[in-house]
Amino acid sequence: MKDVELKMIERAKELLASGEVARVIGWKKGEFYFDPVPASFETVEELDSLVYNYFCGANLSKYLIEMSKKEGKTAVFLKPCDTYSFNQLVKEHRIKRENVYVIAVECLAKLDINKIKAQGVTGVTDVEVVDKQVKVTSLYGEVVLNKPDVVLEKCSVCQKTHQVKDEEIILHERPERDVNRFAQVAELEAMTEDECFAFWRNQLSKCIRCNACRNVCPACSCVKCVFDNPASGIAAKANDDKFEEQLFHIIRAFHVAGRCTDCGECSRVCPQNIPLHLLNRKFIKDIDSFYGEYQAGETAEGKTPLTEYTEGDTEPNDVFKGEAK
Amino acid sequence: MQDVTTEKKEFTPNIVAFCCNWCSYAGADLAGSSRLTYPANVKIIRVPCSCRVNPMFILKAFQQGADGVILCGCHPGDCHYVTGNYYTRRRIALLYSFLNYMGIEKERTRLEWVSAAEGARFSAVMNDFVKTVTELGENKRLTDLRVKEGE
Repeated sequence: MKDVELKMIERAKELLASGEVARVIGWKKGEFYFDPVPASFETVEELDSLVYNYFCGANLSKYLIEMSKKEGKTAVFLKPCDTYSFNQLVKEHRIKRENVYVIAVECLAKLDINKIKAQGVTGVTDVEVVDKQVKVTSLYGEVVLNKPDVVLEKCSVCQKTHQVKDEEIILHERPERDVNRFAQVAELEAMTEDECFAFWRNQLSKCIRCNACRNVCPACSCVKCVFDNPASGIAAKANDDKFEEQLFHIIRAFHVAGRCTDCGECSRVCPQNIPLHLLNRKFIKDIDSFYGEYQAGETAEGKTPLTEYTEGDTEPNDVFKGEAK
Repeated sequence: MQDVTTEKKEFTPNIVAFCCNWCSYAGADLAGSSRLTYPANVKIIRVPCSCRVNPMFILKAFQQGADGVILCGCHPGDCHYVTGNYYTRRRIALLYSFLNYMGIEKERTRLEWVSAAEGARFSAVMNDFVKTVTELGENKRLTDLRVKEGE
């Protein structure tokens, strides 16, 4: 990963120095090794602090809504999953495509610091990945962990490839994989209503309405969000009642239905570790089974499943009878 | 002194029916003028088109104490606005399926196509829906304790 980072810095410097782009969006070192933060770089000197490591899980697409409206071009580093969000935002006319220079960077799965900490490893200062082994160097020594145990949820089922690129920095090829991202959704579907309800109450009652899922979500890009309306009765930061927790998550999932690219950012940023991706994946799974397979963000054109129809669509009452197409 | 433990009120569900102005609301009218009965606990809310119904409306109805929500619109192909109910159909199929995934009983939500000529169907649909929800009991999963009276 270090070789990729050096290549990225080198290329970004060239672009900035030549004046081809006015700024570069990437990740910069956070307080610790494991929390790099999205950042905008406007000078060649600043670029020395650009980092790209196994903790750069953040999706940079959403920042382009603001950045692409600025004077001059913006270069951005996008991982495979980020390019879907990018396409979707271009489709929705939120990003000015002509103002963005996309550099596709390789991603061999990103790691989840919480999962690493759960294994009893703290004070991480460096990480190296070789095949399925993660060699973690911490303040307290070295540990080798099993990679599937510590990758981000979104990466554990990722089969995405770069959809957009003006150029690419890919030094290592990613092995082909066959995974089913709907396995957990199917498990929940198989449960009874009572069990489902108990599961979601258990999860959603942890919600503190910090709105992190909404703020990070590339699909949640409304200038004025329905949840910011004080007259809605649901603008409160704290939940007064279990209804509000459910309402917030049902409506949020519905608002991104057909537009959610399954980038998994909601679950990654949730401070309470609520598996929010399971809500969005249910919609994706239903759309796939009712209206044909659809991957949001695969193209920057065309309609989304909820803005088109066919005459013989599934009837809502048939959904439960197992007659749905 | 009243014994609170033995006092049991018979459960009558609150039903909210969203009816489109052009077909289902007229269907309800026809049911009335044809002297066909449907339960009085069905509260009809007239909307310009079934696709006017935002998922939030349905959730808000449950919040405010509805035990069942039924959405009625023109038959597919007969929409006054040509395509409105096609969009409804997609949205509502996804929404109902999703609510069920969250553990909300699937019998509480329904969508029926009722035309302006189908007064008898309107009455039958409402009777059936009220019966289903009565058997199911009170809505406890999507309700807001703050809006419930005396609890």
